[in-house]
Amino acid sequence: MSVLVLAEQRQGQFRRAAFETVREGARLAGQLGAPLHVAALGSGIEKSAAALGGYGATKVLVVEGDAYTAYLGEAWAAAAAEVAKRVSARTLLLAATSLGKDLAPQVAARLGAGLVADCVALAVTDGEIEATRPVFAGKARVRVRSAGAPLVLTLRPNVFPAGNPTGPPAAVERVEVPPCPARSRVVGVETAAGRTVDLTEASIIVSGGRGMGGPENYRILEELAREIGAVVGASRASVDAGWRPHSDQVGQTGKTVSPNLYLAVGISGAIQHLAGMRTSKVIVAINKDPEAPIFKVADYGIVGDLFEVVPALTEAVRKRKAAEGAA
Amino acid sequence: MKLVACVKRVPATDTRVRVAADGVSLDPQGVEWIVSPYDEFAVEEAIRIREKLAGSELVVVSLGPAEAAKEIRTCLAMGADRGVLLEDRAAYARDVSSVAEALAGAIREIGPDLALFGRQSVDSDSAGVGPFVAALLGWPVLTFVRKLELGDGLVRGHREIEGATEVVEARLPAVVTAEKGLNEPRYPSLKGIMAAKKKPVDIRPAPPLAPRTRVVALELPPVRPPGKVVGKGKEAVPELLRLLREEAKAL
Repeated sequence: MSVLVLAEQRQGQFRRAAFETVREGARLAGQLGAPLHVAALGSGIEKSAAALGGYGATKVLVVEGDAYTAYLGEAWAAAAAEVAKRVSARTLLLAATSLGKDLAPQVAARLGAGLVADCVALAVTDGEIEATRPVFAGKARVRVRSAGAPLVLTLRPNVFPAGNPTGPPAAVERVEVPPCPARSRVVGVETAAGRTVDLTEASIIVSGGRGMGGPENYRILEELAREIGAVVGASRASVDAGWRPHSDQVGQTGKTVSPNLYLAVGISGAIQHLAGMRTSKVIVAINKDPEAPIFKVADYGIVGDLFEVVPALTEAVRKRKAAEGAA
Repeated sequence: MKLVACVKRVPATDTRVRVAADGVSLDPQGVEWIVSPYDEFAVEEAIRIREKLAGSELVVVSLGPAEAAKEIRTCLAMGADRGVLLEDRAAYARDVSSVAEALAGAIREIGPDLALFGRQSVDSDSAGVGPFVAALLGWPVLTFVRKLELGDGLVRGHREIEGATEVVEARLPAVVTAEKGLNEPRYPSLKGIMAAKKKPVDIRPAPPLAPRTRVVALELPPVRPPGKVVGKGKEAVPELLRLLREEAKAL
């Protein structure tokens, strides 16, 4: 009746979402009074897996092999389900990343488990897990419990605190699982130009909407983003206009994000957009229309011409950094 | 080639959510219903394949209340050949596994080469049904696909992952889930709407499956405390920066 966390790595590196998931799994196991197991799949990850000790893992079960160098749903789901069975997992946690969202349902199907996707809070009530997850892109949320089956839960990145690493390195134990004949393979990976952090993982996002007026004007947002370490997002209006790629869209038919800081620039705040960013910790709106709905959810707003305000903000940050650098 | 596209009847994306008296479901009063937008990408892609490959057939499958026949007709008007409605008055009380098991049963019976889904429904947002069905069928799945190519017994998909696009190839039969950007769904033509009236829709009861999860409450998100307008124009920038650094500690 244990809790199993499947920690995600890519190219041998464990990601922050993995640290968040391990930390939350440890907390949950403690509350349930259940043993915690942590597992990882990959090749050449035995060394890096020890770092999960900092987040509450005492031991990491590692499924190693060339078959796990690249992520493939079928093989990974088979291996993950096998590990879950061996440790008698009643609860399986993964990060709700592109990998976790693909893998979790396949593991749940193999285990006869229920799926609770994209959780933003987990609690133990009456001795059982109660998960909170957004629905209608964040316009509402549901609290969900098991109806008697084991649960596979995915945790939204950036929501659960990973904290600073504290514990000693974890022991690493190799686990052998039977190979799974795969009928799919990765034939290529194209890295998006200049983009290493995804919107869903970003801690600061600067989004531009219809008020940007055209694709060329996003330059001022990119400059601001560079100064403050942000990723640039977009509203549906600007994506549908062809100004920005679909992968940049925040909102109901785009991405749902929860950064520490969200700057909405020239975005009026349609209900579908607000749904996708309202769980951001701090929201700033810059818009020339004081009646724009975005100001209702913003913590701080500036009413004004974005073409004046944004460059001024970039300049102010740059000066502050220079002053701090000199001090 | 035989194709299945699975669609869900969902509230329109501009719906204001109100909680029903039962405390666990959406109050349907005044709600407008549509085909879930991501499912439209799946249907459009399937129609394009069917148009390209002579002798193909596209079956649209939906699990929903009797009213979901309307959304199936919309897909038939776009160009699908026939529909299957797995009828369940309590469809919206189902969870991912109980939807996936019902759909997997219907797909197994139809026996397509390719089953397409939207990446997620825009009401329950789990993004789980497509890959769950694939695992039940024992088929490979390509999720979040923005570009799709068919080869000799193969499907190749470009899928977005964090910071990169991954190209994955799978042997048929396979499951694909559609991401925005895959295509631009067509509007049904008048001719299509007329033709859809004559296309068959097989309505049958959905297998009663016990959900593995239960919703104990549907609630509105916590209201954000009212914010403040810092000021007007670029003169307000220094104060905004101070607040972000000292008060919000966000920079």
